[in-house]
Amino acid sequence: MADATTHPGDAPLLVVKDLATHFAINAGLVRAVDGVSFELYPGQTLGIVGESGSGKTVLARTIMRLNLGGNVRTSGSVTFSNQSLLDLPISDMTKIWGREIAMVFQDPMTSLNPVVKIGRQVTEHVRKHFGISKAEARNLAIELLQSVRIPEAEARFDSFPHELSGGMRQRVSIAIALACNPKLLFADEPTTALDVTVQHQILNLLGMQQQERDMAMVLVTHDLGVVAGRTDEIIVMYAGKIVEQATTSEIFHRTSHPYTEALLRSIPKIDQPSHTRLAAIAGRPPDLADSLEGCSFSPRCPYAQERCFEEEPELEALATDHLSACWYPVGTPENQEAWEKNLLAGRPSTLAIANGQIVDDISVRLPSGTS
Amino acid sequence: MAGGGKAHLRPSEDVLISAQDVVVEFPASRGRVVKAVSGISLDVKEGETLGLVGESGCGKSTTAKALIQLPPPDSGTVHYKGEDLTQLDAESLRQARTDLQIIFQDPISSLNPRRKIGDVVAEPLKVWGPSDSASQVEKVNAMLEAVGINPDDARDKRPHEFSGGQCQRISIARALVLNPQVIICDEPVSALDVSVQAQILNMLEDLKAEYGLTLVFIAHDLAVVKNISDRVAVMYLGKLCEVSGSDALYESPAHPYTELLLNSSPIPDPDIALSTDLVEQGDVPSPIDPPTGCRFHTRCDYVSDRCIDEEPQMQKISDDHYVACHHPLASVANSAGVSV
Repeated sequence: MADATTHPGDAPLLVVKDLATHFAINAGLVRAVDGVSFELYPGQTLGIVGESGSGKTVLARTIMRLNLGGNVRTSGSVTFSNQSLLDLPISDMTKIWGREIAMVFQDPMTSLNPVVKIGRQVTEHVRKHFGISKAEARNLAIELLQSVRIPEAEARFDSFPHELSGGMRQRVSIAIALACNPKLLFADEPTTALDVTVQHQILNLLGMQQQERDMAMVLVTHDLGVVAGRTDEIIVMYAGKIVEQATTSEIFHRTSHPYTEALLRSIPKIDQPSHTRLAAIAGRPPDLADSLEGCSFSPRCPYAQERCFEEEPELEALATDHLSACWYPVGTPENQEAWEKNLLAGRPSTLAIANGQIVDDISVRLPSGTS
Repeated sequence: MAGGGKAHLRPSEDVLISAQDVVVEFPASRGRVVKAVSGISLDVKEGETLGLVGESGCGKSTTAKALIQLPPPDSGTVHYKGEDLTQLDAESLRQARTDLQIIFQDPISSLNPRRKIGDVVAEPLKVWGPSDSASQVEKVNAMLEAVGINPDDARDKRPHEFSGGQCQRISIARALVLNPQVIICDEPVSALDVSVQAQILNMLEDLKAEYGLTLVFIAHDLAVVKNISDRVAVMYLGKLCEVSGSDALYESPAHPYTELLLNSSPIPDPDIALSTDLVEQGDVPSPIDPPTGCRFHTRCDYVSDRCIDEEPQMQKISDDHYVACHHPLASVANSAGVSV
């Protein structure tokens, strides 16, 4: 993918400001996305990383206006090519879907219609958007299927999704997404359901197509291995908020947020010897229906101090192109001090990281007599 | 992929469980047959963790389940502590199975949603004893504690009140309650987030040390398999490609398929150059009609006529490193002095 990180001359393609998506349910208000802001430039690749329930998919779907339902409360703004997407009527969104912004979903079996032939699914929106004839559409579909490296594209035109393997189906989904040459592609966990070899092929294919078409791409994933080397910039989400945002190399080499650090340390790596002890994160993510005080990661954080439980840190610039929301950023002397203090006090969440033990109960903030 | 070839098997007196020439086939439509496992031989030493890796449909789960006769293989033998499980009558097999337990991929669907955790974990004890409920409760409590779950809190709850990671720990407690020797772990972390995956992997290591377990660990993630395994077997389309101690396998893969898997594996480091040539590598052929010769030849970069005609056999290339390939990767082959 492109190596440039900022495009000072260009206008951003997508500007998201203070975006919040809340779901009103019986138990209260679920703050699935809570005040997210970022910009995306033409041709750039952005990775959005987080665990299940961090709000990454809801974020992508909110930008796409796919969260329809009576209980959804959206606020903030999304500006795409100078149009405010959240204010557009859905009838105008249909002109943007597929043509300007397209999406590739996680499960290629359920995102394709099982009773419609591949060819028609690939060209349906092209015919709608550009009004081309059936014969022209057929040629275009075959060309598209070839461009996503589907063997015997002509024969595949008349196949049904169940006749293809998972990887081939995901190629078809990509062909559909690319058919109208969108300016922006959302890929929501596009390879999670696939084998590693197929994952590698699909990610390479997405990268290649993105360069050929000079398209911007948002790659949503839970796997830091997928975004390393394939994105210009990474957003790490936790409990509906951005906790760290930086260029890809900064995220990996100058990790600042304790959550990002903990994620990186919990992944087994191929270059480590076998039986390497992994860091385990204590507890589980917070229930987004509860209102939280302080930093949402503080109960699980190995470095948390009194302040973290009381005051929420803002997302602040540590360096150019590096934002982090933490009172005790990784790599600072204060962080080291907090670590030693917590370790000495035997704080359970700190021990979970230190020796990989399982800690479910994260209600213990700091053992008594340590503050 | 060699079918035959048992060069990688160790002397039978050293191993706890040993499978030879295991074949498992399933009927498909129009009288065809899915050749899920086509003559695999494997062994596991006591206290060892054997990792089984490969893509979906390569037969790794079927192989592991054949070890515990779920279902018994169509042909071949499985020796456990010197006894051939495939020859046992139903009652003796039932007795032997208490030693062999399994945990599954999806922790939520492997626990009955309508039953309390205490009952789920106690179920094996209801069949095998002790029959008095006080000692059952005691045993259940001990097992829940061993997997880091507070028993007093959890016993009366139902599975939906727990997270996926906790449910997986509860199924591990259920598997442990009869003091088994061998646990088959069938992709136990594939459905979990990375932070939870780390907990389960660490915990399996601890339990293995504490209870002297022998594990067969199935996964499609190579880094996960390397982390937990002492020895790794790579499978492709119902055959074995390579068997080796895990550090050696990852350092110097000898089979082109192992190399492909390693090159495809996502690495969380932005400085490692990605191989970009892999855009149109073909799909895995159907196990109904597997390729002749070496089953990997349709996707292999090093294919020759010999690979199409003749099935490679397992050969030793260095200490405890075996490969079934006519053209094992040069760096390894040369250093071990094997003719290519």
